[in-house]
Amino acid sequence: MSTLRTRLNALAIGAAVVTMTAMYGTSAHAAQGNPPVKTVAIEIDNFKFGIVSIDVTVGTTVTWTNRDDVPHTVVSVKKLFKSPPLDTEETFSYTFNEAGTFEYYCSLHPRMTGTIVVK
Amino acid sequence: MGRIIIPGHAHDHHIHTPDEDGIDRRGFLSCMAWAGAGMAWVAASGVLKSAPLPRLGETSDKRLAAGDFAFAQISDSHIGFSKDANKDVVSTLQAAISRIQALPVAPDFLIHTGDLTHLSKPEEFDTLQQVLISANVGQVFYVPGEHDMLADDGRQYLDRFGKGTKGHGWFSFDHKGVHFIGLVNVVDLEAGGLGNLGGEQLAWLKDDVTSLSSSTPIVVFAHIPLWSVYPEWGWGTDDGAQALGYLKKFGSVTVLNGHIHQTMQKVEGHVTFHTATSTAFPQPSPGSAPSPGPMTVPADQLRGLLGLTDVTFVKRSHALAIVDHDLA
Repeated sequence: MSTLRTRLNALAIGAAVVTMTAMYGTSAHAAQGNPPVKTVAIEIDNFKFGIVSIDVTVGTTVTWTNRDDVPHTVVSVKKLFKSPPLDTEETFSYTFNEAGTFEYYCSLHPRMTGTIVVK
Repeated sequence: MGRIIIPGHAHDHHIHTPDEDGIDRRGFLSCMAWAGAGMAWVAASGVLKSAPLPRLGETSDKRLAAGDFAFAQISDSHIGFSKDANKDVVSTLQAAISRIQALPVAPDFLIHTGDLTHLSKPEEFDTLQQVLISANVGQVFYVPGEHDMLADDGRQYLDRFGKGTKGHGWFSFDHKGVHFIGLVNVVDLEAGGLGNLGGEQLAWLKDDVTSLSSSTPIVVFAHIPLWSVYPEWGWGTDDGAQALGYLKKFGSVTVLNGHIHQTMQKVEGHVTFHTATSTAFPQPSPGSAPSPGPMTVPADQLRGLLGLTDVTFVKRSHALAIVDHDLA
């Protein structure tokens, strides 16, 4: 019994140490001037972009993952980015460093469209 | 099993077959139009007109009159695809080739209406060409599908099949009095849109047919259906109507497409539209599934949903008989 309590105490102390390290770690990281990285994941499934329109902040990286059995592409209407053909489970990422509204579509199946609104 | 659609000449409503042998061909035709497995449906705004039938079942080539000929269409071989819907697309392509070689009348040539490959990879194009060459099917005419134009704006495809074509691979040729036109509607697609031919190709088409007499039978082939089959799934061509407008003067126009991986036909005036099955995998009928992606069926049903199309031109009536064959 006392052994168990000792073990639980050790666990609690350990968890506290880990948490404090994490907090200090984040602070240290922030202190160096690196902003937290924002990421958004969009699934491509059943010939649709899983999130049709989404608002994000400047600096966000969007990652598309294809879940279909056929390839798809992610192509910016304004020609800012163009993914290679993504086979099943392949991904494509783009970081939006400027504000604006960015429409995109799949060049193979152009009825598939989506929008990223960057603020 | 074969399914027969006979488009008649626009101005011939009842063509009587010279050898009357008591067979009710019109009844046979309407029955045969609905026979066969698969999910094809017929939306006819015109009437399926009767026309002389090439006699079937005879093995001798003599059943074709002088000037008649046959050609075959395959489509959507998707070499490189290997998922649940079909783990061996080369094998099913070879089955289609064997079926072609078993046709009672040898086709003069083969037309492939696109999606030769799945990912436009060089080895996929290589494999396709190897299979067709070793099958000794004779000359093959190609138009690309969207899956063939993924590399460098179609460089892989055009380097192999672009000789003698214009733009992204369109061309025309004449064969025994029939004018064949291969169109490309899978490039420069716009967001939210369907298939697209584009201004340059349309201008070429208009010019290409301008001096042909209206009695010249026309066969147009392109990957995506030129008519609006199901826009929600991208099954149509935005400027297809414009192309068909240039063909208005002709008494017999046959449009052969692929892309949708199932047979579908429509007769509108003197234009017959027909899509072929894939040799790789089936897709669901319009709206019957969440998306048009590959449809997985029990293994023993797959080959019944794949196939090829056999087309016979009957000179006397300027009509083309279209027969779909599955691989079961």
